[in-house]
Amino acid sequence: MSFEVLDGGMLALLQDPGRYGYQHIGVTTGGPMDEHAFRWANRLLANPPEAAQIEINIGKLGLLAHEDTCIALTGADLGARINGKAAVPWRTYHIQRGDRIEFGMPVAGLRAYLAVAGGLKPVIKLGSCATVVREGLGGLDGRGQKLAKGDCIGFDRCHKKTMTSLPIGEVPDYNEDLQVGVIPSYQYAHFSPGERMKFFSGSYEVSQRIDRMGYRLTGEPIASELDGIISEGIAYGAIQVPSDGQPIVLMKDRQTIGGYPKIGCLSALDAGQLAQRGPGAKIRFYLADVAEAEAQRAIFNHKLETFKTSLAGP
Amino acid sequence: MIIEAVNESTCIVYFGDRISDDIAGQVKRATEAIRRNLSDLVIDLVPSYTSVLVCYDADRTDRFGFTSRIRKTLSQSEQEAPDENASSTIELPVYYGPEVGLDLDEVCDYSGLSRDEVVRIHSEQTYRVYAIGFSPGFAYLGITDQRIALPRKATPRQKVPTGSVGIAGSQTAIYPSSTPGGWQIVGRTPQKMIDWDSDSLALVAVGDKVRFRSIDRQEYLDLGGSLDEF
Repeated sequence: MSFEVLDGGMLALLQDPGRYGYQHIGVTTGGPMDEHAFRWANRLLANPPEAAQIEINIGKLGLLAHEDTCIALTGADLGARINGKAAVPWRTYHIQRGDRIEFGMPVAGLRAYLAVAGGLKPVIKLGSCATVVREGLGGLDGRGQKLAKGDCIGFDRCHKKTMTSLPIGEVPDYNEDLQVGVIPSYQYAHFSPGERMKFFSGSYEVSQRIDRMGYRLTGEPIASELDGIISEGIAYGAIQVPSDGQPIVLMKDRQTIGGYPKIGCLSALDAGQLAQRGPGAKIRFYLADVAEAEAQRAIFNHKLETFKTSLAGP
Repeated sequence: MIIEAVNESTCIVYFGDRISDDIAGQVKRATEAIRRNLSDLVIDLVPSYTSVLVCYDADRTDRFGFTSRIRKTLSQSEQEAPDENASSTIELPVYYGPEVGLDLDEVCDYSGLSRDEVVRIHSEQTYRVYAIGFSPGFAYLGITDQRIALPRKATPRQKVPTGSVGIAGSQTAIYPSSTPGGWQIVGRTPQKMIDWDSDSLALVAVGDKVRFRSIDRQEYLDLGGSLDEF
C-alpha cells in the first residue's frame, strides 16, 4: 500500500502540521508553507487535520500508485497529470493501482499539496514527520531527506470514496498581486513614522532568494532606529529588517531566535499566501491588528468545520 | 515584565532590555512556570536572553484569557524565592589541544596571553546559558572574560567540527553538530550536546549554568572524542 516515487522532482517533502514543543532547544517547526492549502487537502478527504501529506515545491514529482485510493490536490497548479490527463487542484481524485501522478512546472503558485485518504504513514521523529532538510529531521526515514526516486511512501488501504471540490469562491488566485496585513509587534515602535509610511506605501517584490526559511523581498529600503536587538524568539511570519533595509519574512523552517529588528508579523494564513508567490511577484503591506488576524483564522476554521464532504461507500 | 501580542497565536514576555545574569534567571523561572501551569494551551516556548516567546493553541483559548493566565502564573512564580540550587552546574570536559583548538593562536595573539593562560581563563569561570538557537542545541553562554573576547571570524568556516567550543566576543558556545560557523574555536568536547534518541534531547537548557573542565588528549580520547577534522 504505497506510492512509489518515480521522479523526486525539485523539492518534494513529507509534511504534517509541524514539529512543535522543541523550539526551546533550537529545533524549528517545519510544516506546510501554506497552511490554507494543507488544511483544505485533508478536509476534502475528511482526514484528521494533522494527517501527513506531500508538499510539492515547484514541481516535477512523479508517483506510481501501488493501491487504489483517493487523493486530494490543493495549493499551486503545477500542471499535474494523472495518467497523462490534466488534474487541476482543489478537488479529489480516485486513484487506481498502476496510476501515475505527475507534476510539471508552476502554472499558478509554487507549492502543491497531495493528501491521501487516511493520511500517509511516515516515520515520526520528535512527534512529527515534517521534513526539515537543514536539521536532518523528518521525512520518510526521519533523517530530513527530500523525496527521491525509489522511495515508497506508505498509506493504509482506504475504501471510502470521496468526490469533492472546494467552492469556487474559496480558491485563491496566486497570480494576483498580494496584499498582506502586518500586525504591529516586536520592534514596530523602533521604526519612525516616516519609515513606517514608506513600508506601508511601497510595493515590494519577491526576490530570487526565497526558501523554506525566509522570503527576501526587494523594494524601498526602510531603516530601524536599532542596529540589532538582543536575540529573541521568532514567530512564523515575522518580518525582519536587516541593515540593508530589505524585509525578510520568516517562514516555516526559520531559525528559532534572531537578532535583527522586526517591524511586525504576518498572520499564518497571509504568510501561507506569500509562500505561493515566486520571484517577481508584487507584495503590498497594510497595517493590520492582531484582532483582524484572529478573526481571519476563526472564519477559516469555521469554513473548514462546516464544509460537507460527500462520502460514498466502497 | 511586559506581555505583548506578536500574532494570532503567539505572544512575547519581556523581562528587561539588557543582558544580565539576574534577567536570565527570571527567564528560566518564567519558562518553567509557564510550562508547568499552562501546558494545556502552550504549543511552544522560546526562551532567550531577556524574553520568552510563547506559542499557544488559539483554537482553545483567546488572547485575553491566555495573557491573564500568564500574568497570574508569573506573579505567583515571582513571589517564590529564586532557587539557584535548582539550576545545578553542568560540567563539560573540553580538550584544548592544538589539533582541535583551531583558533587558539588567534586568541593568544588577540589577548597577548599564552595558551595555558587562555585555557585557564576560559575554563575557570561559570557560564550561564542565555539562549539556544541557530541550530538544534546550539547554546549561547556568557559572559566570556573580556581578555579573551575575540570577535567572530570575518569569514566563517564552511564546516565547524561537532563538539567545537568557540568564542565570539562576550559569548562562548559549543557546536552540537557540524555546521558552518564563524566562532573562534579553542577546543572540543567529547560530550554529545544533542541526542535525538535520549529523553532529554539536549544536554543544557536556557538558564542552566555550565563550567568547562580542561582535559588532556588521553582523557578526551577515552571519553570518545574524535580528532577528525569533521
